[in-house]
Amino acid sequence: MKILVCISHVPDTTSKINFTDNDSKFDSNGVQYVINPYDEFALTRAMWFKEKQGATVTVVNVGNVSTEPTLRKALAIGADDAIRVNAEPTDGFAVAKELAEVVKNGGFNLVLAGKESSDYNGGMVPGMLAALLDFSFVNACIGLEIEGEKATISREIDGGKEILSSNLPLIIAGQKGLVEEKDLRIPNMRGIMMARKKPLTVVEPINSEAATSIISFEKQAAKAACKMVDADNVDELIRLLHNEAKVI
Amino acid sequence: MSVLVFAETSEGKFKKSAFEVTSYGKKVAEQLGTNVVVLTINSNEPTLLYMYGAEKVLNVSNDALRTFNAKVYANIIKQAAEKENSKLVIIDSNANAIYLAPTLAVNLSAGYASNVVALPTSTSPFTLKRKTFSNKAFNYTELTTDCKVISLAKNSFGLVENKVDGNVEEFSPQLIESGLTSTSVEQTTGKVTIADADVVVSGGRGLKGPENWGMIEELADVFGAATACSKPVSDLGWRPHSEHVGQTGKPVASNLYVAVGISGAIQHLAGVNSSKVKVVINTDPEAPFFKAADYGIIGDAFEVVPKLIEKLKEFKANNA
Ligand SMILES: Cc1cc2nc3c(=O)[nH]c(=O)nc-3n(C[C@H](O)[C@H](O)[C@H](O)COP(=O)(O)OP(=O)(O)OC[C@H]3O[C@@H](n4cnc5c(N)ncnc54)[C@H](O)[C@@H]3O)c2cc1C
Repeated sequence: MKILVCISHVPDTTSKINFTDNDSKFDSNGVQYVINPYDEFALTRAMWFKEKQGATVTVVNVGNVSTEPTLRKALAIGADDAIRVNAEPTDGFAVAKELAEVVKNGGFNLVLAGKESSDYNGGMVPGMLAALLDFSFVNACIGLEIEGEKATISREIDGGKEILSSNLPLIIAGQKGLVEEKDLRIPNMRGIMMARKKPLTVVEPINSEAATSIISFEKQAAKAACKMVDADNVDELIRLLHNEAKVI
Repeated sequence: MSVLVFAETSEGKFKKSAFEVTSYGKKVAEQLGTNVVVLTINSNEPTLLYMYGAEKVLNVSNDALRTFNAKVYANIIKQAAEKENSKLVIIDSNANAIYLAPTLAVNLSAGYASNVVALPTSTSPFTLKRKTFSNKAFNYTELTTDCKVISLAKNSFGLVENKVDGNVEEFSPQLIESGLTSTSVEQTTGKVTIADADVVVSGGRGLKGPENWGMIEELADVFGAATACSKPVSDLGWRPHSEHVGQTGKPVASNLYVAVGISGAIQHLAGVNSSKVKVVINTDPEAPFFKAADYGIIGDAFEVVPKLIEKLKEFKANNA
């Protein structure tokens, strides 16, 4: 099994979100970057397939040189090698086309990604990649088992779950459940040392055309102050929800 | 050219979001000076869509489509778009819709914008306001392709009544093969899901343990609400993962969100701040959630929640 894990390089979840250049660019000043939380579930599941079923695990990112520490972190967690496609990831469709080249050239038969990246929240790359390659695709994946060429996949649906089966090749977009939170790994010293020596290949993009472009950003409007209600007067809360907020 | 809307059903019934995307599609069609066509699969009552402006409804009736399959559904939407010469397809943001959207976009060589929260701010260039950075901000995105797919964020536009004299046409698309087989579906019936709920009642670590969720469930019951929880609560196994809301869990965009014993960490708020009205019950006056809430009670959940249940029951009885 040749696994490719797609790694998105995103601001830490605690980051304050600000914009510069007349609100046209994200302000990365002072921002800590991490592996996209959803991708961590995918990477951890990939490590399980490596350790228990002898799979090889390659991680990939479409991005400029600043994303390399994030790829090194994935190597420190245990991936065998890394690929960086040297392009600005401005549009999901273009990223998917770049990744499709990587999958074809590398002969991967299982691609694990996160269901969305926590910065632009597009939720489009894995599904587009599958459609471009004509691989089976499961979104919101909360369980994956592979036996030979056969995969059993669970996906979360509104109010429950669905079990699906498919042959490889397969692409899944994962989330918590694919592995548990407690199974996520933090790189240890030995992993970090080894990661320095693992191959990180930079490939040039095919320069696929973007289908969308972001013109500007806007922050959430400031909120009015919270109205406090006395704990001994919950009637007042009900009155406010009924008469003022009109939600009950 | 017409605007094509995909209105989702569940066991023959329209989801609430089906009416929301139809309302939205009608307005976008007006902006573009064209008409709206609504595609639906196995609907028991397709004429319900007239109320929200659907002039034409394409209804597909086929038992083979009882179980959702993203690839097959995306292909049907593509066939409908081609038949109606639609360059713009609008879907909602339920689990199935966002699953099929990227496939549909590739099928149509379309640009795809998810998390759209308002009518296009301009139709030429075609520009959309979208949620981004896990609800901490918005962006304005231009779609530069000829064909476009957009997914409307839940509860961002609302239902707009706009009754028209419509017509329903039966549509019989070709069904393609998919390499994926659905072997089973487990779905709790009779329980409101977080995705569909108008009200969500959510509990945090302040509730001390799973044995204390009885009052949360009762409060949810009285509200007709779905239950949810903060991340540590599901990590600790007090509640199932499906209830975890926030930046790395489910997004909540209900009319009312009631947070009990939740501190309001940035990752939690990111996932729930699309809710219209937020109520917080917390013992700590310094809890960050109060800064993001509309109404707050400083107090012990174990005292406040039972009182709230009692008073809410009285209110419901008087307003029934
Ligand atoms: C990468 C990452 C992603 C994350 N994603 C999410 C996410 O998606 N969703 C999420 O929720 N969190 C997420 N978190 C975790 C987040 O940072 C917080 O740790 C979490 O939200 C806190 O949960 P809590 O409010 O239930 O618990 P706590 O922070 O422990 O707060 C408990 C609250 O209960 C109050 N309290 C105590 N006793 C009572 C009582 N008797 N009555 C009333 N109030 C009481 C306390 O005053 C306190 O405010 C994420 C963290 C990271 C690092």
